[in-house]
Amino acid sequence: MDTNSIKVMTTPADLTPDDFRKIGTDEKEAEVIQRESISAWRDAWQRLRSNKMAMTALVVLLLITITAFVGPLISKWVHGYNYYSNDLLNTNKGPSATHWFGTDDLGRDMWVRTWKGTQISLLVGFAAACIDLFIGVIYGGIMGYFGGRVDEIMNKFSEILYSIPYLLVTILLLVVMEPSLGTIILALTITGWINMSWIVRGEIMQLKNREFVLASRSMGAGSGRLLFRHLLPNAVGPIIVTVTLSVPNAIFAEAFLSFLGLGVQAPIASLGSMINDALTGWLYYPWRMLFPAIVISLTMLAFNIFGDGLRDALDPKLKK
Amino acid sequence: MEPILQVKDLHVSFQVKGGEVKAVRGMNFEVGKGETVAIVGESGSGKSVTAQTIMRLIPSPPSIIKQGEILFQGQDLLKKSIKQMEAIRGKDIGMIFQDPMTSLNPTIKVGKQITEVLIKHQKMSAGEAKKQAIEMLKLVGINNAEARFNQYPHEFSGGMRQRAMIAIALACRPALLIADEPTTALDVTIQAQIMDVMKEMQQRLGTSIILITHDLGVVAGMCDRVIVMYAGEVVETGTKWEIFKNPQHPYTKGLLRSMPRLDQKKGEPLIPIIGTPPDLIKPPIGCPFAARCEQAMKICERIDPGATVFSDTHMARCWDLHPMAKEGQSS
Amino acid sequence: MSKNLIEVEGLKKYFNVGGGNVLKAVNNISFSIAEGETLGLVGESGCGKSTAGRTILRLYEPTGGSVRFNGTDINQLSPRKMKAMRRDMQMIFQDPYASLNPRFTVTDIIGEALDIHGLAGSRAERKKRVEELLDMVGLNPDHATRYPHEFSGGQRQRIGIARALAVNPKFIICDEPISALDVSIQAQVVNLLKDLQDRLGLTYLFIAHDLSMVKHISDRVAVMYLGRIVELAESEELYANPLHPYTKTLLSAIPIPDPEVEANKKRILLEDSANGPIASAKDGVSSGGAFDLDNSELVEVSKGHWVSMPNK
Repeated sequence: MDTNSIKVMTTPADLTPDDFRKIGTDEKEAEVIQRESISAWRDAWQRLRSNKMAMTALVVLLLITITAFVGPLISKWVHGYNYYSNDLLNTNKGPSATHWFGTDDLGRDMWVRTWKGTQISLLVGFAAACIDLFIGVIYGGIMGYFGGRVDEIMNKFSEILYSIPYLLVTILLLVVMEPSLGTIILALTITGWINMSWIVRGEIMQLKNREFVLASRSMGAGSGRLLFRHLLPNAVGPIIVTVTLSVPNAIFAEAFLSFLGLGVQAPIASLGSMINDALTGWLYYPWRMLFPAIVISLTMLAFNIFGDGLRDALDPKLKK
Repeated sequence: MEPILQVKDLHVSFQVKGGEVKAVRGMNFEVGKGETVAIVGESGSGKSVTAQTIMRLIPSPPSIIKQGEILFQGQDLLKKSIKQMEAIRGKDIGMIFQDPMTSLNPTIKVGKQITEVLIKHQKMSAGEAKKQAIEMLKLVGINNAEARFNQYPHEFSGGMRQRAMIAIALACRPALLIADEPTTALDVTIQAQIMDVMKEMQQRLGTSIILITHDLGVVAGMCDRVIVMYAGEVVETGTKWEIFKNPQHPYTKGLLRSMPRLDQKKGEPLIPIIGTPPDLIKPPIGCPFAARCEQAMKICERIDPGATVFSDTHMARCWDLHPMAKEGQSS
Repeated sequence: MSKNLIEVEGLKKYFNVGGGNVLKAVNNISFSIAEGETLGLVGESGCGKSTAGRTILRLYEPTGGSVRFNGTDINQLSPRKMKAMRRDMQMIFQDPYASLNPRFTVTDIIGEALDIHGLAGSRAERKKRVEELLDMVGLNPDHATRYPHEFSGGQRQRIGIARALAVNPKFIICDEPISALDVSIQAQVVNLLKDLQDRLGLTYLFIAHDLSMVKHISDRVAVMYLGRIVELAESEELYANPLHPYTKTLLSAIPIPDPEVEANKKRILLEDSANGPIASAKDGVSSGGAFDLDNSELVEVSKGHWVSMPNK
């Protein structure tokens, strides 16, 4: 190389020979990770927390749930009545200091009944979602994990079941069995789990060919370990989202059945049956329809927004 | 030589959770007419970001072009409106991407994807465009071009799709072609063919090419000049002869040493570069390569070195090239 | 020459791809690997090399043929004996992002094999072994509680290597272990693999498409094409004296990082290569040439150098 032609960089004036002392490298030093350590769960939680809509929805859901259980108790302590105690002198009264949400045609307190109804709705929603989760995950897990002939037969079965209109099944069921909370939950879950099983099946099928599953198999892991340590934990995101979104579906289905008179029987209140009761005089006593309707709409909206937020937070595709 | 593209002091960042990733930190380079320039670097070095910024294809947000100029035929592309850029893309600057599977529209016949470009930019009639498109398919070495014109991308093999992509990118005879890892997803035998096609097309059409790649072998076969990027900065530039025969920056030297060669004796261990590239959320204040550099000196951690110029084409940025570096070693 | 650790004979793996079509991903391959040796297996995507690796480890059940480890046919083993056998045969995977469970910490990823085979008595013992393994592959043991996504590609691949080493295997299949890594990192991983081989006496099957890296690490190299081995020889011999036209094409296509070599290189192309190797193979069938693989067999043309030749 012709050293004369080299043009040296312009440098700060105050350099000393000491600046040019060799320091070399330390291999371990060069491998140190600088970013803070976070697990996938904490990462998802942080993402969820920064989503204002989802967090608002979560707060709304918590408030509704708490009020559903505490609200009737307050009335009991303060005014001394429960959801079936009627005050025939005060029927169809508007909201007041003693009856915050007014009264219905039998003089029952709407505040207590609305929150009692919310309790029923939440109970039905969560029970149905839990049963869907339980059956769906097992059924879908088996389909996805074993694949082949097993999957073919089981999938056909679920498709056939899915093709029967669920209203028809429900009505038949309610005709045969006593209309009760248990019957409604049963009716909702007969076909409700199918969606979950398909989600789980798809996830497992995708995951089981991933290299980390192969790696575990190459180490001699059995089906149980593969399914419960590797496959399902990695499918948990979509499963949680599906559950969250199936709760409002069940709540709405229950309200709908109760509205049709196929749901819970008097004197037990449900948001659906209350709206049905209010239908007769809704132009004169709008509060009788308004409050249950607001609560049910708010619950469903909050569940849906929260579910969407969860989906964004748990979606591993957004992360690299 | 009149440069058709000049990139001046380009800075591009990405907004991510927990800060700003400074992906490109002061890029300067030129591309001459009919020249092939390679931008070489590892993943995360900022080479693809640079290419996408030139095309203004980089999504914003999360990216922010902090400062700099991109002069294409004398005009600053960073000042162009979306409409103006659309007129430039495909007509004056063509681009081919790494993955030929996803860069063709699967629902549109290959021929139509070429004629669309011609009709849009050259205002050709449908008949003319078809003739021209078949001509292009033949040029990029697709046999039986008339029949292939009416096929869908899924009927093409991986190598054929990349040929079709080249045909689309060059259909309007752009002055500049940006090829972003065009052969990375392909097998070596197909890669060799695609490189041949690109070289031949360049000779015919006189297109300038910016080739983004991590493969020094491809660079040696294809390019006139090489830009070596590391951690968002240019650490060395030179003609391919200067870079391969007389590399000056420890990173360039390290890259060349760490690759096995077919003519190497068996049992000779490779000499790797230790460690991993820095996290550009907090880029080092000094030389970005210092933590992995065997020659590292105290000053390397403190101040990012300036350019030492060896010839009109050859430049490297390293403190070890400073005259005082020798004094420091002897003391 | 030391004894053969792995003997693969007539191994076949077919996949039913629907519509009555059968994909013969691995079609009658045979080779052996001596103890402490590295056999390279090269070929282009879709040639069946990864399927071959997985079938040898019995991650896929073979359609035919046998794999013997130390003389034992592993496809005849009961599930319980197979599980024990897995301690001796391990795998390092291609994709450092997909091959580590994102929900596990590094400790759990490496410790899983210890749990499966009951190799760690207590938690403390398990932790100590994991730290030992991390140190062995050049990672900072302090990072054991971190999650895979916090590591770079090269670091993740080291985690994958540590996982494979956890059970003290004798034989490791390296399935394209460096092809997803950056150039400056590839040499680190290859050197690590070589170093581990020297220290632990490992036997490797090194699957890759990068011929220069395969030549560097392997004692012998087998070239695979369309599910079959078309040439097998000592690595120096194969690169100096390739005989099968496919091997020649493959070798001439490797770009060399030296402008001088590149400028003087002549490329050998398969006929009608614009339409891909499959089409040219079909051409070979019709003409009964070197690509008529159905009617060819491996012939030893000089000591240890086998080439697929058409039957007379």
